[in-house]
Amino acid sequence: MSLLSIREVRKTFGANVVLDRFSLEVEAGECVVLIGASGSGKSTLLRCVNLLETVDDGVIELDGRDITDPRIDADRVRSGIGIVFQAYNLFPHLSVLDNVTLAPIRVHGVPRDVARARGLEMLDRVGLAAKASSRPDDLSGGQQQRAAIARALVNSPKLMLLDEVTSALDPELVGEVLDLLRELKTDGMTMLLCTHEMAFAQDVADQICFLDAGRLLESGPPSQVLQNPTQPRTQEFLRRIRL
Amino acid sequence: MSDWQPSALQLERTAYRRSRARRSTAIAGISSVVLVVLVAVAVGSTPGWPRVRETFFNVHRGWEALPVVAQGLWLNVRVMLICAVLIVILGMTLAIMRTLRGPIFFPLRVFAAAYTDVFRGLPLLLVIFLLGFGVPALQLRGLPNQAVIWGGAALVLTYSSYVAEVFRAGIESVHPSQRAAARSLGLSYRQTLRFVVLPQAVRRVLPPLLNDFVSLQKDSGLIAVLGVIDAIRAAQLETAVDFNFTPYVVAGLLFVALTIPLTRLTDWVARRQGWYGGGGGVV
Ligand SMILES: Nc1ncnc2c1ncn2[C@@H]1O[C@H](COP(=O)(O)OP(=O)(O)O)[C@@H](O)[C@H]1O
Ligand SMILES: [Mg+2]
Repeated sequence: MSLLSIREVRKTFGANVVLDRFSLEVEAGECVVLIGASGSGKSTLLRCVNLLETVDDGVIELDGRDITDPRIDADRVRSGIGIVFQAYNLFPHLSVLDNVTLAPIRVHGVPRDVARARGLEMLDRVGLAAKASSRPDDLSGGQQQRAAIARALVNSPKLMLLDEVTSALDPELVGEVLDLLRELKTDGMTMLLCTHEMAFAQDVADQICFLDAGRLLESGPPSQVLQNPTQPRTQEFLRRIRL
Repeated sequence: MSDWQPSALQLERTAYRRSRARRSTAIAGISSVVLVVLVAVAVGSTPGWPRVRETFFNVHRGWEALPVVAQGLWLNVRVMLICAVLIVILGMTLAIMRTLRGPIFFPLRVFAAAYTDVFRGLPLLLVIFLLGFGVPALQLRGLPNQAVIWGGAALVLTYSSYVAEVFRAGIESVHPSQRAAARSLGLSYRQTLRFVVLPQAVRRVLPPLLNDFVSLQKDSGLIAVLGVIDAIRAAQLETAVDFNFTPYVVAGLLFVALTIPLTRLTDWVARRQGWYGGGGGVV
């Protein structure tokens, strides 16, 4: 059974159909990469999986449980999923370490000293141990993004959602963050992410999905979707992005 | 697109959400009715209730007093509207003065800070007395001597110090990156304030600002001490006839009736404009 099973999901904003009969299976330990033009619905899909948006139809199952059922406890579901946003979304009024330890302490009831130790360990892992007591505003973009990844990881999520996490970073830091994600994959983390870094996608993805106007147009291993795309829209997108 | 039909599962979910919403409404309705009945029974069964009802809730007396009290209220409304405009202007000016950077503005900053300190600290009644009785007593030529004008001036001076602090809090809550982004586009300090910072600041402080104006509406009655006949004073004159206090209750109801639409209107405007955190999804 898949860890994440998305079946026939539909999502609209007013008259704008953003996801249309979208289906996707993500196995445990798998890394699935979403690609597609800006506005094709990648972020919305990730937000739906994290229950930050309510789907208009269809089912999303995590670990065999229908998480789109209105009767489930959405906070419980979310606390088992890590999400990292394009714009970091760190809490500006908390130090980096407090950003990381907020959920463990408040949601998971981890004792403060344990949470802090674990938070520091996480920050060390993303190379930010020295910045633990800084405010997010005093960090560079790359540092903020790594802090956001640490914040998502500290909950030991079953699934990580990553939304163009390197789009705002300078090239040197892109490498660092991508290395971090590769490590995560090696550790067996299940990841669903969208990116414009095709070399990275090629390298890390088990499955690549090409989204076009809210539809899953083409999917398969990188060697197929990136090297030998069958759909004209995919070919055109890849040609444009490689220029 | 148009060929989409909700699945059976989705219909069931929608029905469930609706039934939850209905249940919430029902619970709210029932608990409200129960509370009102309990309070009514508790109050109605007290020994003094018949007398209280006669003295405070005499429908006939209330109806009689209504025109006079309403006329007084019309003065409150006018005072409140004119003062509100002046207060916003003065309060905003003070707030901007306090947030100006650079050594050259030091005197302005100090003035604004001192002003707020003084007028926030002085009891409103005292300011009304000082201006309403003190200034006319100076017998300066060219100054108006109607009580209502000096009473209004006292309201403006006091309330603009509150409102200035509300605006300042709003201005300072706008993230520095917003200023940076605006300046990076070539906008001047003034333009940044005018087109980027203030619009965000004002939206954020709308509810506390409204608080101050509702409060102003009630405090506008204090100028009655200068001999002006507002709603409360009119009610007082009415009660003096037969010691029935119903006119006060009438004045109170009219004040509440004025406030509620104002609050709802502001909420509605703010929500329609998406001022309360627009496009936020379901969380
Ligand atoms: N909160 C929202 N309200 C209205 N429309 C939205 C909202 N979020 C996204 N959209 C629309 O949904 C479409 C897909 O957006 P998004 O999922 O962000 O695309 P991507 O991440 O692939 O660039 C876009 O047309 C966008 O305008
Ligand atoms: Mg996006």
